[in-house]
Amino acid sequence: MIDFWIILTASLVATTTAILGCFLIMRKMAMIGDAISHAVLPGIVIAYYISHSRASLPILVGAAASGMVVTYLIQFFNQKVKLQQDASIGISYTFLFAIGIILISLFSGNVDLDQDCVLYGEIAYVPLDHMSIAGHYAGPRQVWILGSTLIIILTSVIIAYRKLVLTTFDPAFASAMGISVVLWQYYLMAGVSLTTVVSFESVGAVLVIAFLSGPAATAFLLTKDFKKMIYLAVGFGISASILGYYTAVWLAGSIAGAIATVIGLQFAIAFIYIQFVRKAHISQTLENKALTEV
Amino acid sequence: MEFLTEIWSFFTFSEPNVKVVFWGSLILCSISGLVGTFTLLRKRSLIGDVISHAVLPGIALAFIIGQQKNPLYLIIGATITGWISTYLVDYITKHSKIKNDTAIALILSVFFGVGVLLLTHIQHSGNASQSGLDQFIFGRASAMNMSDVWLFSIVGTIITILIVIFFRGLSLLSFDENYSQSIGFPNELLKLILSITTVTTVAMGVQAVGVVLMSALLITPAACAKFWTNKIIPMAILALVISGASGVLGSAISYTYNGMPTGPWIVVVVSLFAFISAFIGRKNGLLKKYLQRSKNNTKILRENTIKLFFNPKTLGETQFSFEDIFAKSKMQRATLKKGLSLLKSDKLITTNQGTYATTSLGIEEAKTIVRKHRLWELYISKFMHLQPDHVHDDAEGIEHVITPEIERELEKELDFPTKDPHDSDIPY
Repeated sequence: MIDFWIILTASLVATTTAILGCFLIMRKMAMIGDAISHAVLPGIVIAYYISHSRASLPILVGAAASGMVVTYLIQFFNQKVKLQQDASIGISYTFLFAIGIILISLFSGNVDLDQDCVLYGEIAYVPLDHMSIAGHYAGPRQVWILGSTLIIILTSVIIAYRKLVLTTFDPAFASAMGISVVLWQYYLMAGVSLTTVVSFESVGAVLVIAFLSGPAATAFLLTKDFKKMIYLAVGFGISASILGYYTAVWLAGSIAGAIATVIGLQFAIAFIYIQFVRKAHISQTLENKALTEV
Repeated sequence: MEFLTEIWSFFTFSEPNVKVVFWGSLILCSISGLVGTFTLLRKRSLIGDVISHAVLPGIALAFIIGQQKNPLYLIIGATITGWISTYLVDYITKHSKIKNDTAIALILSVFFGVGVLLLTHIQHSGNASQSGLDQFIFGRASAMNMSDVWLFSIVGTIITILIVIFFRGLSLLSFDENYSQSIGFPNELLKLILSITTVTTVAMGVQAVGVVLMSALLITPAACAKFWTNKIIPMAILALVISGASGVLGSAISYTYNGMPTGPWIVVVVSLFAFISAFIGRKNGLLKKYLQRSKNNTKILRENTIKLFFNPKTLGETQFSFEDIFAKSKMQRATLKKGLSLLKSDKLITTNQGTYATTSLGIEEAKTIVRKHRLWELYISKFMHLQPDHVHDDAEGIEHVITPEIERELEKELDFPTKDPHDSDIPY
């Protein structure tokens, strides 16, 4: 049963992040996801410290606040003082992440968080923290939280699908149609922040980027159809969760780390397939065609 | 107070271990500041981020193979995986439709994931000497020993010598890759040198700062320096100094608190340097920009106010009341008052019982600004074929930036005209 809950948790994270990841990588915003996932740390720690609990609401508020700080810092460096984009992102999130780690060390004892958890989560402990409804066992708390996040993200994406796609692929046309590109960007960023925060406990700050960018990138290699890309990405995410879990059990290592490894392998296989197999196939076809034409 | 005595004991090397921490973090951070200058200029700051996460599996593998925490093995392992990661990012970007940022995010997190998997595997397999291996994640300068410092000094010297020897080539590569290629510089070799030095620096630096925050040491000092100078040599030196100072200060602070990781403190210190530089830096700094803007605004206000006194028939004779001038202007009351007091302090106007009159200096000033305005109007209506009623707004802006040299050019170009497009006289 524990296996099931862990795999279910990982799959929920993977599904939510895969959907958002498809939009992120098409918008060339994968590194903004990276920045946000690091930068929410101080907010989360302060929220833990103040509320003395793992209650979700204060943590969401704290994370949202520090997410806003990092967005502002990046904008400050990039636009107010004309620092190049990559350096602006780099300075801002490392600073906030460092503050977060310092806060964890300062509050250690008062805060039920440790440095390792920040990096690769505690998905193995997810089944221990369970809820009960009317005295009946109702599954781990994380599963409920991640499940509702998935539903929220899924509904938001379905409702705004056309607009999100349009602003992603043709922002110029979208603004000509009167659709605000900035507004939908923030809509997406809000989704990314929410997902990052709730996934934080189970996969950690760094590995959530693997979930965001990996399955989406693999799917992008294999198809040109955006809808198909989303389905494929979700498929890759879930299969990586299952394979990753058993890899971790086999190696007695971190589950989130193992899932990230499997995500990397999936990408490598797809990449090699595209690079060599398909290219060889295409040149073979071209050769045959040339022969028949002669 | 206790904090101060602790800090004091750090800088006086009262404990032998402190000397190691001091020199170790000084050398590591200085070198990463130096190397980071080139990474920043080549707009590859986030590659530094990739490398610093990607050294983790190398460290873990080196440990699994070597079965001990030998700094040389760990650095070699870290260098190898770090270098593979940059190569993969470039390869993926070049050979597929995957964009650079996606490749960076993917490689960074997957390598880190592999590292975490291996590291946790080592921890769970219960190897006793693995203790201290997780210091690589957030850095613990206090865990360094003298042989580490020697190793850093040797590798650091080699890196510095390489950079000094290839300095011209590396600068050219950083500023203009295509030009460097076209005049026959060995671009591929230079890139290789740069990536080897970057990867080696990161591989060493994770000792003090840890893998997660190492990228800050490559990016932030160089970004600080960029707020002070545009020249590469001062920039590299400044980055080196800022980074070294942050390294020492950061490890001093973390030394005073027991069990505090070093990396975050170094990063916080260097980030503070960055914020300060962003505010008071000479290049693009906020304060500098603010001063420049207020200087410009004063100049524009001064010129706009004196213009109000320009009246071809009664120049210099009439006493204007405030209300007269206010009716002519399009300014707010307070702005106009400020403008008038500016003029008065420059002795361009005199006041007498609430009325204002121009001095001879003021007349010249008013004439000049109106002349510039009308010359420009004539110029754009003649050469850009704009209708006379379309040229005023443009001239309103441009009159403040026309220098005497441009004015002479305009006069020559227009053959010393006397009438502007609205048929008013151009005052000389």
